[in-house]
Amino acid sequence: MSFSVTEPNKGTKWFAGVLVVGYALITIAPLLWIIATGFKSPADSISYPPKVVFDPTLEGYVNLFTDRTRATADMLEAEGEPQTWYERIVREQGTVIIGPSRYGERFLNSIIIGFGSTALCMVLGTAAAYAFSRFRVPLKDDLLFFILSTRMMPPIAVAIPIFLMFRNLGLNDTHLGMILLYTAVNLSLSVWLLKGFIDEIPVEYEEAALIDGYTRFQAFYKVVLPQAATGIASTAIFCLIFAWNEYAFAVLLTSGTAQTAPPLHPDDHRRGR
Amino acid sequence: MAKGIHMNNIPIEKIAKATPDTVAQHIRGLSDRSIAWIFVAPTIFLLLAVNIFPLIWTIWLSFTNHRVNRPNRDVEWVGLRNYERILSDPDIWNTMQATAHFLIWTIILQVLIGFMLAFLINKKFRGNDLWTTIIVFPMMLSPAVVGNFWTFLYQPQIGLFNYVVAFFTGADPASFSMIGDVHLAPWAIVIADTWMWTPFVMLICLAGLRSIPNSIYEAAECDRASKWRQFWTITIPMVLPFLMLAVLFRGIENFKMFDLVVQLTGGGPGNTTTLTSIDLKREAFEKWRTGYSSAYAVILFVTVFGLASIYVKALNKVKER
Repeated sequence: MSFSVTEPNKGTKWFAGVLVVGYALITIAPLLWIIATGFKSPADSISYPPKVVFDPTLEGYVNLFTDRTRATADMLEAEGEPQTWYERIVREQGTVIIGPSRYGERFLNSIIIGFGSTALCMVLGTAAAYAFSRFRVPLKDDLLFFILSTRMMPPIAVAIPIFLMFRNLGLNDTHLGMILLYTAVNLSLSVWLLKGFIDEIPVEYEEAALIDGYTRFQAFYKVVLPQAATGIASTAIFCLIFAWNEYAFAVLLTSGTAQTAPPLHPDDHRRGR
Repeated sequence: MAKGIHMNNIPIEKIAKATPDTVAQHIRGLSDRSIAWIFVAPTIFLLLAVNIFPLIWTIWLSFTNHRVNRPNRDVEWVGLRNYERILSDPDIWNTMQATAHFLIWTIILQVLIGFMLAFLINKKFRGNDLWTTIIVFPMMLSPAVVGNFWTFLYQPQIGLFNYVVAFFTGADPASFSMIGDVHLAPWAIVIADTWMWTPFVMLICLAGLRSIPNSIYEAAECDRASKWRQFWTITIPMVLPFLMLAVLFRGIENFKMFDLVVQLTGGGPGNTTTLTSIDLKREAFEKWRTGYSSAYAVILFVTVFGLASIYVKALNKVKER
C-alpha cells in the first residue's frame, strides 16, 4: 500500500466513521419511527410509554384509503362474514367500509400533475437548453439570467395574481393549471441543468449528421437526445420530486378536483395516523 | 472549410449551395435562427405568463384597495397607503422577528453540523457512501409531510422526541410541549428544519472539500504546516465559496418558508412561529385583503432581492480572493 501524507490515518477514519454513523442513526430514527407507526394500531401508536415492539397491522393504511361508518352489532350481523382482508381489519374496529376515501383520488392527482409537469418541463427545457447551447440566440446571457431569476421569487408573492389569473381563465383547481404552474417553477432549474449536459456533447456528432443529410430537427432528436438521455433523466427526477412535494400552491389554488396528496395530510396524526 | 468549422456560421449554407436546389431546400429546412426561436419561445412565454406577469400585477395591486372576495366594488387607487400601514404595524415586526430567529438559527446550526459532517465524511472511512445516502434521506421528503410527522413526534407523553429528551434528562415527558409552549415553539421549528436540510449543506460542503486538490495539502505538509494550520489556511478558505452558496440557497428558501412550519405549528402558539409567508397567506387568502397583502408581498420580495444581491456581491468578492 502506497503511503500518502494526505491519506487520513486509521484512527482518524475510525473516529470520523463513528461520529457520522452516530449522526446518521439519530437522523434516520424519526423516519423509522414514523414508518413503524404507520403499521401500528391506533391504540399502539398513542400508547405511553411509546411502544417499540408491537403487532404490525395494516389498519392505518386501510383507514387512509377508505371511508368507514360505525355499525351496530345487528348491522354487522346482517353484513355477513367479511369477504376480504381489509374488510376483516375494519370489522375488528366495529365499522364497515362505505367506499373509498378521497385519498386515492388525491394520490392520482399527484401522479397526473407530477408526471405531467415533469414531462412538459423536459420537452420545453430540453428544447430551450439545446437552443441556448448550440445557436447564437440574441441576448443569450440576459435571457439565461432572466430564466434563473424567476427561481428567486417567493411563491407566495405571486400567488395572489396567479390565483386571480387562474380564476379568470378557468384554470383554478384544474390539472392543466397546476401542470403549467409547476412547469414554470421548474423550468429555470431544468434549463440550466440541461444546458450543462448538452454543452458536454461534442458538436462534431451533429455536424457529421448534418453532412450526411439530416435536417436540424433530425440531428436533434436522433443524435443529441439519445446522448443527453442520462442528463434529462436526472433533471426529470429533480422536477418530479419538487412537483410531488409542493404544498403552498397546492393549498392555495386547489380545493377539490385537482388537489394533490400533501395538502390532505393535516390532522392525520391526531387520529393516530 | 479548413479554417475552423463552426456550427453557427458555415456548414449548412455551404453544403446547401453545393447541392441541387431541391435537395438544398430539404437540407436547409428551417433556418437555424428560426429553430432557435421555436425552441426558446415556449419557455420564455411560459415564464413571462406565470412569473413576470403576476409579479407586475402584484405591484399594481399593491397600490389599490382591491379585495378579491368583493369583485363588484370599485377598485380605488390608494397610492402608498398600504405600504404605510404595513410598515407601521407592530404585528408585522413581530413576524419579522420570528422569521429572523428562524432564519439565523437554522443557518447557524445547518452550517456547523453540515460542515462537520462533510469534513468527517471526507475522511473516506469505509462505507461512507452508504451512510451519506442514509443521511440525505430527510431531504427527499415533502416539507409538508415532515412538518406533519414532527407534530406527532413532539406530542407530550406519546411523542418520541419528548420521550427521548425525558429519558436523558430525567424530566417528565408530559411536563413540556415543544409546539404548545411560547418559548419552545420557535425552537421546535428550528429543530425540524435543521433535521431536514442539514444534509443539503453537507452535500454542497462535500463537493467543496472534494474539489480541493491533494497537492496543496502535500505542499503544506512539505512546509511542515500543522494539521490545524492546514485546516484554517487551506480547507476553510477553499470551502468558503461553497459554504456561502449553501447559505444563500438555505437563506432564500427559509425566508420563503411556509409548508413545514404551517404543518408543524400553524404559526402558533399565539404568533410566536408566524413567519412572514404564513402571515402573508392569512392576509391574502383568509382575510382577503388583496391590495394590502400585495404590498406586503412586494416588501418581502424587495427584501429578499436586496439581501440576496448584497450577499451575492460578498460571495463574488470571496471567490475572487
